[in-house]
Amino acid sequence: MLEIKNLVVQIEDKRILNGLNLTVNKGEVAAIMGPNGSGKSTLSYVIAGKEDYEILDGEILLDGENLLEMEPDQRAAAGVFLAFQYPLEIPGVASMTFLKAAINAQRKARGEDELTTPDFIKRVNAAATQLEIPKDMLKRALNVGFSGGEKKRMEILQMALLQPSFCILDETDSGLDIDALRIVSEGVNALRSPDRAFLVITHYQRLLNHIVPDTVHVMHGGRIVRSGGKELALELEANGYADYRESEAA
Amino acid sequence: MPAVQETIDQVRLIDVDQYKYGFETEVEMEKAPKGLSEDVIRFISGKKGEPEWMLQWRLDAYKRWLTMNEPNWARVSYDKIDYNDIYYYAAPKMNPSPKSLDEVDPEILKTYEKLGIPLREQEILAGVEPQNRVAVDAVFDSVSVATTFKEELAKAGVIFMPISEAIREYPDLVRQYLGTVVPVTDNFFATLNSAVFTDGSFVYIPPGVRCPMELSTYFRINEKNTGQFERTLIIADKGSYVSYLEGCTAPKRDENQLHAAVVELIALDDAEIKYSTVQNWYPGDAEGRGGIYNFVTKRGDCRGKNSVITWTQVETGSAITWKYPSCILRGDNSRGEFYSIAVSNGKQQVDSGTKMIHLGKNTTSRIISKGIAAGKSENTYRGLVSAHRKATGARNFTNCDSLLIGNQCGAHTVPYIESKNATAVFEHEATTSKISEDQMFYCQQRGLSDEEATALIVNGFVKDVLQQLPMEFAVEAQKLISISLEGSVG
Repeated sequence: MLEIKNLVVQIEDKRILNGLNLTVNKGEVAAIMGPNGSGKSTLSYVIAGKEDYEILDGEILLDGENLLEMEPDQRAAAGVFLAFQYPLEIPGVASMTFLKAAINAQRKARGEDELTTPDFIKRVNAAATQLEIPKDMLKRALNVGFSGGEKKRMEILQMALLQPSFCILDETDSGLDIDALRIVSEGVNALRSPDRAFLVITHYQRLLNHIVPDTVHVMHGGRIVRSGGKELALELEANGYADYRESEAA
Repeated sequence: MPAVQETIDQVRLIDVDQYKYGFETEVEMEKAPKGLSEDVIRFISGKKGEPEWMLQWRLDAYKRWLTMNEPNWARVSYDKIDYNDIYYYAAPKMNPSPKSLDEVDPEILKTYEKLGIPLREQEILAGVEPQNRVAVDAVFDSVSVATTFKEELAKAGVIFMPISEAIREYPDLVRQYLGTVVPVTDNFFATLNSAVFTDGSFVYIPPGVRCPMELSTYFRINEKNTGQFERTLIIADKGSYVSYLEGCTAPKRDENQLHAAVVELIALDDAEIKYSTVQNWYPGDAEGRGGIYNFVTKRGDCRGKNSVITWTQVETGSAITWKYPSCILRGDNSRGEFYSIAVSNGKQQVDSGTKMIHLGKNTTSRIISKGIAAGKSENTYRGLVSAHRKATGARNFTNCDSLLIGNQCGAHTVPYIESKNATAVFEHEATTSKISEDQMFYCQQRGLSDEEATALIVNGFVKDVLQQLPMEFAVEAQKLISISLEGSVG
């Protein structure tokens, strides 16, 4: 599914990713954990194609296709979805309008027919009900005046509608209370499937109690320094990242 | 939502620097001698078969104009205009008052067809609900070439005809109101217009009548080196209502062309006028060559109590725009509204806004202005809100938002507020924002291209104003805005 080989990235002459290697297989949920500043969010942005990053070396392949040669919207149409840590506000554009524009843009890019309005509304309503998103929220301008929990639920709603094959969740648990965390996690779990992979970026074990990962990778200093099963997350929770910091100092 | 999609499709279809209405019509023209003189004014007046008082009015204006100086306070710059290097009258050689469209030059009919302006009533009638009908007055350079639905409107008592015809047929009505909102001496361009105006629309809605359809005028400048000086006069008598739309286009040319119009609106007791403009004059090319100088005086007079005048404008065209549709709130409890979207791209310069002059008691006004600057353009909002000392209880709310696309354009807001009455309450809000790279990336991550993302964000930005436009116009305007901004990202 996703293969990252020797990725070296800098921003304004500051090296962030330092020869990162990572493979995520179809159907797998991979968690990336690591201390602040280890390069986790940069990794998610680079996969999704945000500008401002300079790729010095390496490649990112999605089903064998080189993502680094594609524009962000082409990557989206190819199946990459990034649930943002801080979703952006789009004033004056109803969430519903935004959702329809996004779905149809992707369908068009893939050479598929656009969704009819009734079909679209049916899908939105089904997904919104599951995520406990009230209808009036869909009429409001996207993310404008939304609470932290509402913004995150809207991200998952978009994910559910766009049906991407590779989903990145960037600190999706930040700013969520317990109820919102449950709703969001259930939403994500409902999307788990043998054809879809997830990259779950988080500081805390807490989220991984709800979205149980198949693999856990520890990121530090711009590369993956340790990989293991879900038990690795528990170990980190108990010991913190101190070991890795020391190893760097040594 | 379909409109957004259409916008996008539209944007994709055209190349950078493409102005869709830039074609030229080949038709034999009759022109006045080049330049401005008493003789030229007599020529125009004679062509129109005007009564003596009208000619005198023009000549007085001309004498006055000779003593005036071109205003230079606006935030625009352009080479000096040589007023003697312009044709002040250009009309297709045809029957001056065609009885039917069969007498109109087919080339001209084709022009309006290409512009998507329906002139054949039968065709308009087919498949259109009566309440969605629009009557059109089509002005081609200096003359009106066709006016539709005149008879049906006449049944309701509504007068809708070219102003040159109204001067002949309803001289008393015209004389009573012409120049009472924008006096002959008002400003350099309005005075020039008073001397040389050629055509435009005249509307009179009798007391208590709700005009049975939308009225519209479509202005087309075709001839080279010709100025267009139209004059529109709309009178809504007591308790009447009218909604009026105005559209404008011109061919692409390397030279600048002058358009100096005057529009006067008069609303008597309990009357309401809605005036909407979609201004799409040729804006010039990316290097700033050519384009229309749009120097226009538009003013409405809420003369009667409880009267309402609403200006809605979508400004995407013209090399330079100098335009301040205003309301004089004379009648007690009268209301003035101004909703504006001004888009500038390339090297366009816009200096536009409104004036709300509160004279009567408990008068209210509302200003919503959305300026969008892209490319290397300069976009200025200039507005005045004033309360006379007798304007007890006057209220104004103003909201001016500017959106910048790219980093080579400028947005400026110049509000003037004057209150001579302690009970007046004026509120002013203003914001300037940029489409952020993060917003763009967010949209792109969801699958929208650069252009689609820009169109979506801009449509969101102007939504409050688009909602004020008649439905079909709103869709058109939405498309137009995206086309105007096309090529602005990058």
